[in-house]
Amino acid sequence: MDITKLLSISLGAILVNNFILVQCLGICPFMGVSKKMDTAMGMGFAVIFVMGLASALCYPVNVLLMKLDLEYMQTVAFILVIAALVQFVEMFLKKSMPSLYEALGVYLPLITTNCAVLGVVLLNVQEGYNFIESVVYGITGGVGFLLAIVLFASIRERLQFSEPPKAFQGFPIALITAGLMALSFMGFSGLQVW
Amino acid sequence: MNFGKQLKDGLLTQNPVLVQLLGMCSTLAITTSISNGLGMGVSVLIILTCSNVVISLLRKIIPDQIRIAAYIVVIAGFVTMVDLLLQAYFQDIAESLGVFIPLIVVNCIILARAESFASKNKVLPAALDGICQGIGYTLVLLVMSAIRELLGSGSLAGNQIFPADYGALMMALPVGGFLTLGCLIALMQWAQDKAANKGGK
Repeated sequence: MDITKLLSISLGAILVNNFILVQCLGICPFMGVSKKMDTAMGMGFAVIFVMGLASALCYPVNVLLMKLDLEYMQTVAFILVIAALVQFVEMFLKKSMPSLYEALGVYLPLITTNCAVLGVVLLNVQEGYNFIESVVYGITGGVGFLLAIVLFASIRERLQFSEPPKAFQGFPIALITAGLMALSFMGFSGLQVW
Repeated sequence: MNFGKQLKDGLLTQNPVLVQLLGMCSTLAITTSISNGLGMGVSVLIILTCSNVVISLLRKIIPDQIRIAAYIVVIAGFVTMVDLLLQAYFQDIAESLGVFIPLIVVNCIILARAESFASKNKVLPAALDGICQGIGYTLVLLVMSAIRELLGSGSLAGNQIFPADYGALMMALPVGGFLTLGCLIALMQWAQDKAANKGGK
């Protein structure tokens, strides 16, 4: 296995092509659950978990679809796999790890409609990653999501004590903050593992 | 049916992006040029209308517990159709929108309208709702992509307005999307605030 390639995939997914701030995937949960630090953490870890698993599961599904000449069914098949996966993870956690289930709460089912999850699966297919690369891309993409949402949540906690102009209160100022964060992430572009 | 009111809801008072704050991902990612914005907007308009009609037709058949999964399958079906149509007839747009066409499946606007409107209303109002919300979404995309294309690359719908060298690269990147959308929503809040004050006095 080519370690350098895996490293450069990870670096790309976490920093250079960060899912939220550079590729604009998964903005809804990024905006929705970033008001508090601990919920942001919970969401971040849940996303890492689901993105890794979804990448692993959709790889064989895609191979099967290619065999059957049904590539145009990719979107439908993947979204069903993800929805089923989230449902299973929810049931599994409820039975075996109730504490973690409690902590994730309502965010778990919401992950189904997180476009970062479907996005990572589609990108895996587009980039032609093999099984291990897909899983690594899924997990590190999730880590990038966690990084961005935790940073953003910590800024937003402080933002509550500031006084923006009335029209900018709430959502607009959060978007502008996210814009400035995206600006700083632009600094990573061009970074490469040799 | 009250077409005028639904249209006003879709365009202004209940605008999917500016007021309901739905469908952020595609709004931010693809509004780099007017052709992209228009392609995305029209695709969503078509998918939203079709899925609203089908879901409204099926609303008495779909059991309550699995309704979300059923909606997603209906939506994914229409997204696949639009994806294939775009690839067949509008290759440029399909290429530049890339992964964001299949991602319409998880665009919260469509699921939200299915859940909150189409599953409770008859076919005709549901179709109208799809059209109006779709127009509202397309309009926001057009405004955003016009601003970003003009400031980012100095052109409007492909016509060069001022030399491309003067364009700020920042506006064409996600940064520009966040900033533009932030300012647009702020403008909307300001307008709503003003309207509310007027109504109060």
